[in-house]
Amino acid sequence: MSSAGARIAITASGVSRHFGELAAVSGVDLSIARGEIFGLVGPDGAGKTTLMRMLAGVLRPDAGSITLDGIDVLADPEAVKPRLSYMPQRFGLYEDLTVAENIFFYAELFGGAPAERRARTAELLEAAGMAPFRRRLAGQLSGGMKQKLGLVCALIHQPSVLLLDEPTTGVDPVSRRDFWAILYNLRESGVTIMFSTAYMDEAERCSRLALMHAGKVRLCDTPARLKQAMPGVLLAVSAPDPRAVRAALAEAPGVLGVLLKGDHVNLRADSTARAGEFAAILGARGIAYTAITPEAPGIEDVFVALTGAQAAS
Amino acid sequence: MFDRILAMLAKEFIELKRDRWAMVRLIAPLVIQLVIYGYAATFTVNHVSTAVLDLDNSQVSRALISHFVATGRFDIVDYPSSQAQFNRDINTGTAVAGIIIHAGFAKGFANGAGAPLEVAVDGTNSNTALIALGYVSQIVGVFEQERAPPAVGGGIGAAPRAVNISLQARPWFNEGLDDRWFFIPGVIGTLAMMQVISLTAFAVVREREMGTLEQIMVSPIGRVEFILGKTVPFFLIGFGDVALVTGLGALLFHIPFIGGPLVLMLGSTLFLLAAIGFGLLLSTQSRTQQQAFALNFFIVNPFFILSGFAFPIAAMPVALQWFTLINPLRYYIVILRAVFLKGVGVAVLWPDFLALFMLSAIMLVVSVLRFQKSLD
Repeated sequence: MSSAGARIAITASGVSRHFGELAAVSGVDLSIARGEIFGLVGPDGAGKTTLMRMLAGVLRPDAGSITLDGIDVLADPEAVKPRLSYMPQRFGLYEDLTVAENIFFYAELFGGAPAERRARTAELLEAAGMAPFRRRLAGQLSGGMKQKLGLVCALIHQPSVLLLDEPTTGVDPVSRRDFWAILYNLRESGVTIMFSTAYMDEAERCSRLALMHAGKVRLCDTPARLKQAMPGVLLAVSAPDPRAVRAALAEAPGVLGVLLKGDHVNLRADSTARAGEFAAILGARGIAYTAITPEAPGIEDVFVALTGAQAAS
Repeated sequence: MFDRILAMLAKEFIELKRDRWAMVRLIAPLVIQLVIYGYAATFTVNHVSTAVLDLDNSQVSRALISHFVATGRFDIVDYPSSQAQFNRDINTGTAVAGIIIHAGFAKGFANGAGAPLEVAVDGTNSNTALIALGYVSQIVGVFEQERAPPAVGGGIGAAPRAVNISLQARPWFNEGLDDRWFFIPGVIGTLAMMQVISLTAFAVVREREMGTLEQIMVSPIGRVEFILGKTVPFFLIGFGDVALVTGLGALLFHIPFIGGPLVLMLGSTLFLLAAIGFGLLLSTQSRTQQQAFALNFFIVNPFFILSGFAFPIAAMPVALQWFTLINPLRYYIVILRAVFLKGVGVAVLWPDFLALFMLSAIMLVVSVLRFQKSLD
């Protein structure tokens, strides 16, 4: 392994996969450094799961190459398995087995010293807030608990690369907080984490993220730089009836995009100088508004600006 | 490697233990089906409901009727008074068989000119009809011998019987021609096959449905390790099935077991491996348990019918006879019947053992190769 290879945990180049006529993933290039928390963001059907499965070596790409920790995943999928942990959207738990038995089973599949495993089990259960539930059947856990148990099972063999496919979908806020605490701890110890999500607020938590849409990676950078990369500026128009504001300004000159946000409308415009013009249009139509202020773009705004699609928020 | 197989086994047995109804589901169908086969499945035809239209109404005709009654094979349910009523009895199913003793029966019987007797059977159940007809000719034959004068005719030296062949039937291996002796050994194979193929197929497909298979694919476990850990429990269950049905067959129905237990164990091992192979192949072709169920039906039923369990393979069309060559049950039933009733060993049964060995080897290799550690 070269010194450059030692710093790169995951590479994908030109990775494509078709299902019949549908190009689920086309020409994806990624390079993820060791110790990163890398986010893959995109709406349902963007190809996130297909890409994750190919990285994990359970689905073969039609074209392209993938390495994990310097190992060619396509040439030798078995060699990466001890270093890798892949957690699909729904982690496969044995519902007739208890929490402890599930962990034991997955630990045995990967081998390892029993004493070490016991210590790690205790530590992970504690971190997940699940220590009191060791003897409960997995089938009787809540959704969030199941997902945390999945994470514990996925981490029991101390992987160096962790692939999480929408790990927090349907997980309550408390469990989600535990979840992220565990992930941040792992990063401290040098584990590379790649996760996909349709939640834009989670996207803000990663060191870098890729915006994926219709099988392609549209942009890949740090959250801060992605926000800067958004074409135009963002103006927030607070109003009692945001829908009326959207209707009035959607076609106005200088407006690049409109995004409805509960109590306000995010206008993407070519310049902040347009604020006066917009105020005039609203005034002329008699639409009430409280303020028009420049706003720092969020990941969702960037995503919408780049794809024209509105992801789950 | 060994640790992983042990972990799989431990997991399988814990799941089995947690499933409170597992034992009932495994054992009850076996016992029930064995009892049903033992008591209900028989080719013997008794108490056939019969209508008798006696148009002769003579002493001889009444004697013939009493012969029919005496055997217990026929129950006379009606004495219709006309042909129309006789027809109605058969049409409505009141009687399955009908005997018409035509006028002049007694006279014809006495003078050797020929006594007209007509038998009608309801052919909708061809098997019962055929067997009932056989009984009729038997009974009539006995009646003829008993009643006919030594010199047929008026005693004026009419044509004597030229040769007198006396048939001494001695069925080997099943002297009493007890249908149970024929059925029960076959039942062992049939039940073990049904249970092992479906258990194997469903168990693997269930892992696919639950998402646990995807998890196993990303672990370092090899596919041979996984398949071994997954199927060894069903192999043991299959062996338990064979032992249970053999024991119950001997206890309840006194089926003899004159062969070697080791021969049976060897045959059962090869057969169960082949059945597991078929179950695995089924599982690789099914995404859901419903699909596995439909496919299972598609395989198990033809195997059952084309096994020689009830219908002789030699009587099947040639194309189907060829198909039976890939049917493990075909060979196992030969082995079972031979071990139970004939007491012969591998020296005689080696072609069947060889066929089972090849079949199980091919099926296992094919299903392991088809079982990919990928979602493609």
